[in-house]
Amino acid sequence: MSEQVINIEIDGQPIKARKGEMIMQAADREGIYIPRFCYHDKLSVAANCRMCLIEAEKSPKPLPACATPVTEGMKIYTRSVKALAAQRASMEFLLINHPLDCPICDQGGECELQDLAMGYGRDIARFAEKKRVIKDENIGPLISTFMTRCIYCTRCVRFGQEIAGIQELGDTGRGERSRIGTYIGRSVDHELSGNVIDLCPVGALNSKPFKMHGRGWEMTQTESISPHDCIGSNLYGHVLRGELMRVVPKANQDVNENWISDRDRFSYTGIASNERLLNPMIKKDGAWLTADWETALTAAAGALREAHGDAGVLASPSSTVEELYLLQKLARSLGIHSIDTRLRQADFRDDEFEPVYPWLGVSLAEIEAQDSVLVIGSNARKEVPLLAHRLRKAALRGAAVMFLNPRHYEFLHPVAAEITAASGDLPDTLAAILKAALGRKSAPTHLKDVLKSQEVDDQHRKVAEHLLKGERKSILLGHLAQQHPRYADLRSLAAALADITGARLGYVPQGANTPGAWLAGAVPHRLPGGRKAPLKGLDANGMFAEARRKYLLMGIEPEFDCWNSSAAMHALHDAEAVVMITPFVSERMKQYATVLLPGATFAETSGSYVNAEGRWQSFSGMTQPLGESRPGWKILRVLGNFCGAAGFDYSSSEEVLKEVKAATEGVNPDTVFKGSRIVTAGEKPKGYQRIAEVPLYSTDMLVRRAAPLQQTRDADNRWLRLSPADAKKLGVAEGEQLSADDGLASVELPVLVDASVAPGDVFLAAGIPETAAFGAFHMQLQLAKPE
Amino acid sequence: MDAIRSWIKSLLLVELFQGMALTGKQLFAHKFTIFYPEEKTPKSPRYRGLHAQRRYPNGEERCIACKLCEAVCPAQAITIDSEQREDGTRRTTRYDIDLFKCIYCGFCEEACPVDAIVETNITDFHFEKRGEQIMTKEKLLAIGEKYEAQIAADRAADAPYR
Repeated sequence: MSEQVINIEIDGQPIKARKGEMIMQAADREGIYIPRFCYHDKLSVAANCRMCLIEAEKSPKPLPACATPVTEGMKIYTRSVKALAAQRASMEFLLINHPLDCPICDQGGECELQDLAMGYGRDIARFAEKKRVIKDENIGPLISTFMTRCIYCTRCVRFGQEIAGIQELGDTGRGERSRIGTYIGRSVDHELSGNVIDLCPVGALNSKPFKMHGRGWEMTQTESISPHDCIGSNLYGHVLRGELMRVVPKANQDVNENWISDRDRFSYTGIASNERLLNPMIKKDGAWLTADWETALTAAAGALREAHGDAGVLASPSSTVEELYLLQKLARSLGIHSIDTRLRQADFRDDEFEPVYPWLGVSLAEIEAQDSVLVIGSNARKEVPLLAHRLRKAALRGAAVMFLNPRHYEFLHPVAAEITAASGDLPDTLAAILKAALGRKSAPTHLKDVLKSQEVDDQHRKVAEHLLKGERKSILLGHLAQQHPRYADLRSLAAALADITGARLGYVPQGANTPGAWLAGAVPHRLPGGRKAPLKGLDANGMFAEARRKYLLMGIEPEFDCWNSSAAMHALHDAEAVVMITPFVSERMKQYATVLLPGATFAETSGSYVNAEGRWQSFSGMTQPLGESRPGWKILRVLGNFCGAAGFDYSSSEEVLKEVKAATEGVNPDTVFKGSRIVTAGEKPKGYQRIAEVPLYSTDMLVRRAAPLQQTRDADNRWLRLSPADAKKLGVAEGEQLSADDGLASVELPVLVDASVAPGDVFLAAGIPETAAFGAFHMQLQLAKPE
Repeated sequence: MDAIRSWIKSLLLVELFQGMALTGKQLFAHKFTIFYPEEKTPKSPRYRGLHAQRRYPNGEERCIACKLCEAVCPAQAITIDSEQREDGTRRTTRYDIDLFKCIYCGFCEEACPVDAIVETNITDFHFEKRGEQIMTKEKLLAIGEKYEAQIAADRAADAPYR
């Protein structure tokens, strides 16, 4: 859009507008409200509701403000007799088919149509004919439909086309037979689909979990931050009589724009799950007793003190900065140095070369402005939906967005290059891309060995060319790369590729607060502020491989959250004491835990998260913690006192934050990775290799208990995904059962044949109950047809 | 002269007889005393007394949990929880009126789009224990069922003026 400024006049008020923009945009900027239904500043202009008709000088007819560009000297009247008459007439037409069911409509009280009908509607309807009625479709467990209320603004349709990238809702038929729906009667499954609830100006599309539970006017609104992914989406929580009733986005153009993912929107439904731990509990002689806080804390403190440093401390990367800081402070003051939040990482070589914390390398807004982005090992849409949205915007702008993945994932934008390689070959494939990018230049000495054996093909050359070409370039290591058994090799190669092409090396952090965890010192090799730890403890995997006597776990379920869940289970079962600070408890957890301290969920605690771009965002609690549960920082603070550790006399989470801020002052995030470990070509793994993906709705404790999310299609992950060649070899067809055995456990699961999977690779999700008994994220499997 | 007239008046007890005449007249006049509670004064159909919830003739409760009465209540005496009932309709799971908070203004009745919450002409009620003043949905519906004939008659009588 041209930046040329022109002068216009709205309602007699002289205004400067940009040439080419619409009257609506100029008026909105000046705070002049023009009624509208179909116009939305994030969507294209449709001009089909006709509510924004205004009068312009020299125009014989009223004009739609959303679709009329401003011109020099234009005089616009938004509330003249002619404009108001046009708006009233539009409203009368819109109300012809709209039912008068506001008292039972969930949108009542926060409905754009209701508000405008108060201003423009007639008292008495002149329409005596029959109103049209539309049958509702079931479009899944998240969105409720009442399509008779629809006024055909098509915001939801345009959202699908323009923002989500897949048109799941459409407008079929014409005139009075026109209806919005999926047409083929399937559910709306996109990971951002919940946003149509906010977009719908009437009560046609509403939140299903919230359906008929409350009214907009009776709830109090509190700001919060999403605890599920590294975007740190800004949220509003709506609280009714101390209960969180729903979550809606808070627009922040730098972070989440106007959107939030369904995971952020509906995860609150898990807060009051029947697995919620409401009282401290202690295991005595194999039986669980409900205890008061003092008894439980004494038991926990006793266990930790007696460990004499021989303990492992693990926390969820979605814990707050304050919790993680106190956790590491407590652990280190007790001589426990094995503390980690990198639960799903297996390869910890090269720890010493790492940046201050893993982050995107560029800001979220800058992702959109990249010329080329290579994403290594990431199903971006299902890992961090809003990051995928930014990548999509970049791709639509013309950027070359490229993927190197162990199998094909569906992306809803043009992909400049997509290389799929067997999971075990990912480092070698990346090396081939590096070799192509190097051209005649000599390779870094530590990579000479791995580069020697690579054969470069056209695909590799294409990726390298795109990366060499542009101005602003990024290489991102996704969750699948971080979970890879040769993550360190992937990173060395990616760093060298970034170095040679001038790209920024970035990471897609896991959980909501991985950067914050590093800054707070909740990793074994770093103290708060990114300083090198003098005594390096064991990493997340190591503390199960070398079993510890005691464990302190915060906000995690190791059977679902750890890279090697079976090793974790063994170590925890054999441990003398397992103290868990957790908002939820399952029967499985009760088997290995010895002390359970009820923690609070994100809705009930104050704290701070550091998102993928290094942005600190603090939030306060929205509700009181359920039962006897308490915010994590309070538990740790008192546990610190019980352990006799010094410096645990905080009176608010702000005081803790102040201490963390002081420790991290002047720390600048960098993306430089100065690894010099010699990387060699990997051996080809033999037999069937399991590759674990963590599904969208299995990422953390709260999401796993959010019932509506667990009913979506994205939550159905009990599949063994095989290559067609392997399926043929094993003699199974899609949908048939196959038994998988890792030597420890055996599970029968249905087969899904996927042509993009390399022979030998078997994709089997982690974080779901069906595979909880299985071992590591990457390991050898025996596959056989069940007897 | 006046002094003599006043002396004669007081000698003949004229004022006493005038007063006794008035008393005597009232002895035979129509009596206004009501033998409450056996007898009651008639009430306007708009009388705002104890609340009730009504049902439709088919037995279905009228209330649709729109929460307008809760919103309009100036004393914040009404508390409603709602959900979708199994048949898909919008219903209350809790409908409490705290009669200690209620000021009997009748706004709830005015706000109700389906004439579910009404104020009956019942005035004689009392509570013996703390907590009894909370009129739950069950209590309100029971009152509605018991006095439906009167409630309907009152509404019909007032209808021409609405």
